[in-house]
Amino acid sequence: MLPDTVATSELRQPPALAHQFESLGAQKEAATFGMWVFLATEVLFFGGLFLTYSVYRMWYPAAFAAGSRELNIALGTINTATLITSSLTMVLAVHAAETGNRKQLLLFIIVTMVLGLVFLGIKADEYYEKFVDHHVPGPNFQFEAQYFRNAQIFFSMYFIMTGLHAVHMIIGLGVMTWMLVWAWNGTITKEYHSPIEIAGLYWHFVDIIWIWLYPLLYLIGRHVHG
Amino acid sequence: MAEYIVPRKVYFLTYAILMACTFLTWRVAYIDLGVLNTVAAIVIAVFKMVLVILFFMHVRYGTSRTWLTVVGAFFWLGILLVVTFGDYLTRGWKTYG
Repeated sequence: MLPDTVATSELRQPPALAHQFESLGAQKEAATFGMWVFLATEVLFFGGLFLTYSVYRMWYPAAFAAGSRELNIALGTINTATLITSSLTMVLAVHAAETGNRKQLLLFIIVTMVLGLVFLGIKADEYYEKFVDHHVPGPNFQFEAQYFRNAQIFFSMYFIMTGLHAVHMIIGLGVMTWMLVWAWNGTITKEYHSPIEIAGLYWHFVDIIWIWLYPLLYLIGRHVHG
Repeated sequence: MAEYIVPRKVYFLTYAILMACTFLTWRVAYIDLGVLNTVAAIVIAVFKMVLVILFFMHVRYGTSRTWLTVVGAFFWLGILLVVTFGDYLTRGWKTYG
């Protein structure tokens, strides 16, 4: 028998609700806002690099085009398609969580992670190709004399921007592993699914960065040599 | 918790458009449009980004607070780009006096 002094509202709190929130809805909104504020700082982070890229491209357009033509357009395009597909599977994972479908949630988290690994694998192969082609800025760099210095600026931006993006992908895979564990052990329920949505926001953001990196790095001056 | 669950066909349609835009941006890169190549690439990238933000990231169905945060972040980026380029693009200008 419950004591008379227990308030009825206390009897029905969902286990996932932290005490400072009035409802799961309020908690979810706070979590969403927090992640968006973090993503805003990521705009600051990558924004500085995009600015640097833009200034150097404005100064050395021919060198940037020459460097861009040396990137593997097939792999870059496949990677773009891979990440966009992973965003689809991510959002389908959120949908599965929202509808309480645990099997689908697990499936889509795993597929999203596999696509992320495919992306990183292709990236690693591209980096390897660049080492072999002597396009890594430094003592072993080789390029046509006319663009020797400024193409190194292009390749520096290429490695820094895609490298930072790859670091974010790896962190994303870590986050998704955590979500996989939570989806597996029953922490994620139809009522408490906001962690999947928050992880999804991060994942989509990293996809958006790549949506910009692809044309800015791979598609400069392609019409010249085809 | 009465929260709107976005129907999956919204996601599939968004995905189809994103893939079509990727194909488009790839093909357009091989056509010589001069300065418009860069403009086209940027326009398509902005469009893809907006689709991801509105539909995959649920901003279309979210609160004004979320919307304001997104707008704020890009407004900041706009200031960074405009003011910095304002500096670099005017370095050659003569001054008087």
